[in-house]
Order: sequence, then structure tokens, then C-alpha cells
Amino acid sequence: MLKKTGIPEEEELKLVLPDDARRKRGPFAVFECFERIPCNPCYDACPMHAVMPFEDINDLPRLDLDRCNGCGNCVAQCPGLAVFVVDETYSEDEALLKLPYEFVPLPLAGSEVDLLDREGKKVGRGKVVRVQKARHRTATPVVWVTVPKHLSMVVRNIGGI
Amino acid sequence: MERVISVRHTDVLVIGGGPAGLNAAMAAVDCGAEVTLVDSADRLGGQLVKQTHKFFGSKREHAGTRGIEIAATLAEKVGSHPRIRTMLRSEALGYYPDGVVALEQDEKWIKIKPKRLVVATGASEKFLAFPNNDLPGIYGAGAVQTLMNVYGVVPGKRVVMVGAGNIGLIVSYQLRQAGVEVAAVVEAMPQIGGYAVHASKIRRLGIPILVSHSVKEAIGREQLEKVVVWKLDQNWQGIPGTEIEFEADVLCLAVGLSPTVDLLWQAGCRMAYVPELGGHVPWYDENQRTSVETIYVAGDAAGVEEASSAMLTGRIAGLSAAMSLGLGGDGAAQLEVARKELAALRAGPAGEKIRAGLAKLRGSGVVAC
Ligand code: SF4
Ligand code: SF4
Repeated sequence: MLKKTGIPEEEELKLVLPDDARRKRGPFAVFECFERIPCNPCYDACPMHAVMPFEDINDLPRLDLDRCNGCGNCVAQCPGLAVFVVDETYSEDEALLKLPYEFVPLPLAGSEVDLLDREGKKVGRGKVVRVQKARHRTATPVVWVTVPKHLSMVVRNIGGI
Repeated sequence: MERVISVRHTDVLVIGGGPAGLNAAMAAVDCGAEVTLVDSADRLGGQLVKQTHKFFGSKREHAGTRGIEIAATLAEKVGSHPRIRTMLRSEALGYYPDGVVALEQDEKWIKIKPKRLVVATGASEKFLAFPNNDLPGIYGAGAVQTLMNVYGVVPGKRVVMVGAGNIGLIVSYQLRQAGVEVAAVVEAMPQIGGYAVHASKIRRLGIPILVSHSVKEAIGREQLEKVVVWKLDQNWQGIPGTEIEFEADVLCLAVGLSPTVDLLWQAGCRMAYVPELGGHVPWYDENQRTSVETIYVAGDAAGVEEASSAMLTGRIAGLSAAMSLGLGGDGAAQLEVARKELAALRAGPAGEKIRAGLAKLRGSGVVAC
């Protein structure tokens, strides 16, 4: 259970994963934010108005998957580091993930890194495609990394840099 | 020590230059009050300067901004304001029945008689009892944050964190950012007290969180070498045979805060013991006014809460204090906005504890104890 382990359950993850048709259409954001807390910067961060307005600041974020283009702005702005962009159309057998990463040194584009799951366990190796440095100090750097397609909903961190 | 007999006067005296105090000072001065702000540290910002993580809450309360940035912006505004007199390295020593506050600054006594007093003295860390808890290497989480984020010093190589509230989770994350290993986060409660997103963040780094576990003992000769933790049963008793030993040179305690309310006791404010608010707190109304009409309380001193709430209770206290002096143009409208925002922040499950605490506090005939 999330509040015992810090790791969301399958059931919870299912709620924020788009259907197959949407997954095949291009990148989308996954909001792994399952607890009502007073927080809403993701709403202000989204240039596409894909994050629905909050009635109550404690609401869970709701995503309009028709509007989301996977730009990753919300990834850089979420203080909970709870948003990830997944692009399963990246190549035949790889998906592209955009992950928040707040450690130094930042990985270099082109380098290989360990792929870690939600428990920090290594599940494979991937390639860093791009590193978006924080534009201002309040933002979080975003690392674009390729992962084997079947690990697109497993990998949530990188290591071995 | 030199004695200075003369008494200074000010409209609003704010004690504490953290998120609550800074906002109280700004709000009061914006209403037209002449303000004096004192803090015992040598810089403004309070605990904010230790917070390198981004804030939650609404945009107006700087959500998504790091505490340290908020502190810098606010402190600069306040520090350079022509009608706010900022006194650093000043310790409030006492409150006298005639409404005079005695301070010590650079070995000098200073007496200030404010028309209104806002107490925003924050909170101090609780400690935990276990064998050898006085070994070098055992720190409170606040001390660890100060070492790392203010002075740029890491406390050691490998840490066991006690407490999975937001502070324990955030400091664990900051330790890892500073290159320090975190062996585990240990939490006595059967579930994680802090936000799940903070917990998920540190789990992704490979840090285990052990709920229903506590420290059995610390081991070490001259300094901490090992921490033994064990599982707790339903009566909070350790279960023999469940011990886990961690090699660690640092044990960090993030087991809660209790409001710093000495001045309020001294001033004769009606006090109450409310565990949900962190311990003894003064009774206060929706304007943050205590039972002593000229004294207001804000921030963690009024009940331990998140910094975004502290900023709002600070603003409410500053506005109300100024308005009670007949100042404040559109103060009433601003007060209304601040109260609404505060209610919204506290509306969700994360605000349950504080809501329960306030209900108790304001409930019928709270007994001073
Ligand atoms: S990825 Fe971009 S478009 Fe999608 S929700 Fe985030 S900010 Fe909006
Ligand atoms: S900004 Fe992040 S933590 Fe806050 S509500 Fe949005 S997704 Fe959740």
C-alpha cells in the first residue's frame, strides 16, 4: 500500500495509464500523484491546458489526454517529482521517458545509464537522449532516456552516472 | 552587560523572522503600521533557508518555488523596507506585565513597548529516548539541514533516518543529493506520515522505509557506529528477534516539532495542550489573536504545520494586528482572501490533523495545563 511502502500499487497506476489507442498515438504524461495534498503547480505549468483546473487545491490532478503532447513542462515544475512523460512511439522496440532528476552531476546526452524501477532497483541500461537543464533554479532538470518498450511503466529513475 | 533603560516604541513588534514573521511584518507595514522585526539568527528567513526542495501549496504561496528562494525574496523585501526596523542577533528574553518586551542584542539590553505583538517563534525539535542517544553522530533533522544547506557541510557518510514525516523524507532526499548514503528511514507509525510523493521520491533512490519500526539502541565507542532497529507491536513495544542492524555514523531524528511558546506563557496567554498542534499552544481566534488582546501568534508557534500555512497565518496576524490599531485601507478584504486561502490549504486529508487540533483548541472551555 502506497502509504506503507511509498510505492504506488498496480491498481493505482492503472488509473493514470492511457488506453492502448492513446499510447500508440504519441507521448503522454503519467501523473503518479495519488494522495490528496494541497498542491497544484502542475496546473500552472501546462501550456496546453491539459491539466484540468483544480476546484479544490487538494484535488488530484486530472489530465486531458487529448490535449497533452508530452512536452514535459509539468515534469520540471511538479514539486513532488511525481510526473513522468512516456513516449511509446519512439522506436520499434524502445520507449522514451522524460524523468525528473535532481542530482549532480547530470548525465551527458549520448551516455549510457542504469535504469531503475520505483524501488531504485536496476532493471536494465538505457541511453540518455537529451538533458533539459533547469531554466531557473526553481525548476527540476529533465532527463530524456530510452528504455526497452516493455519497461516504459517500470523505469522511473536513472543511476550509475 | 550594559543596561539600556530607555524604552523604544513601535506599532507592531514581530518576534521571529521565518516564513510567518516575515509575512506578518510585510502585511502590517503594507497596512501603514511601523514595524519592528527581531530574530535571534544573523539572517532572516528562519527554517526556509534550509529548504532546498520545492514548495507545495498554491502559486500565490510560492508553490513550486524552493524555500531558500522564497526566503531570499521575502527577506530582501523586509530587510530593505524603510518602515520595518529589522533587528538580527536579537533574543527576546522576556515579556513584562506592562507590555514591554526585553531583548538582548550584541550584549545590550533593549526594551521595546509595542502596541501589538506578533509571536512567530516557530518550533523546536523533539528528541527520542533510547540507549546511547547521546553518542556523537546523533543529530536532530534541523541540525542536519543547517549543516548541509546553510554551511555546506555533510554530517557523515551513512545515515539512518528516524521519522517518515515530511521532514524525515525531505532531509533523506537532501542527504542523498549531498552524496551521503541513507541506509533506511525508520518510522514508528504503521504508515508513512509525510506526503506519498516525497516517499516515492526516496524509494526510487533505493532507500527502504520501515514502518512500525523504531530504534532499539545506538552502538559505538567514541562515536556512533551502528544503529539497531526493531519492529514494534500494536502497543509500541519492540518485538525481540526482529532486530536489524545498520552500520551508520549518523542517526538523524525527525520525530516531530513542538511549538516554541515560552513568551506566550510568560505573557499570561491562555494555553492548551493539543497533541495535533504539536504540544502546548496558546488559544487564538481566527485572526490569530490570543487571549491577551494585544498579542497575536503565527506560524509553527501556533501549531506545527507546513511553511505555506505559516506564511498565511503570518499574513493574517500582521493584517489583524495593524487593523486593530485602526490602520489598513483594504485590510479587511485582504484578510478575507488570506483566510480563504488558508482554509483551502487545510481542506484536504493532509489538513485533517490541524483541523482537528484547531477544533479542540477552539472547542468549549479549553483548560490551561
Ligand atoms: S506533458 Fe506538457 S502538455 Fe502534457 S500535461 Fe505536462 S505540461 Fe501539459
Ligand atoms: S504538482 Fe505534482 S505533486 Fe502537485 S498536484 Fe501536481 S502532480 Fe501532484
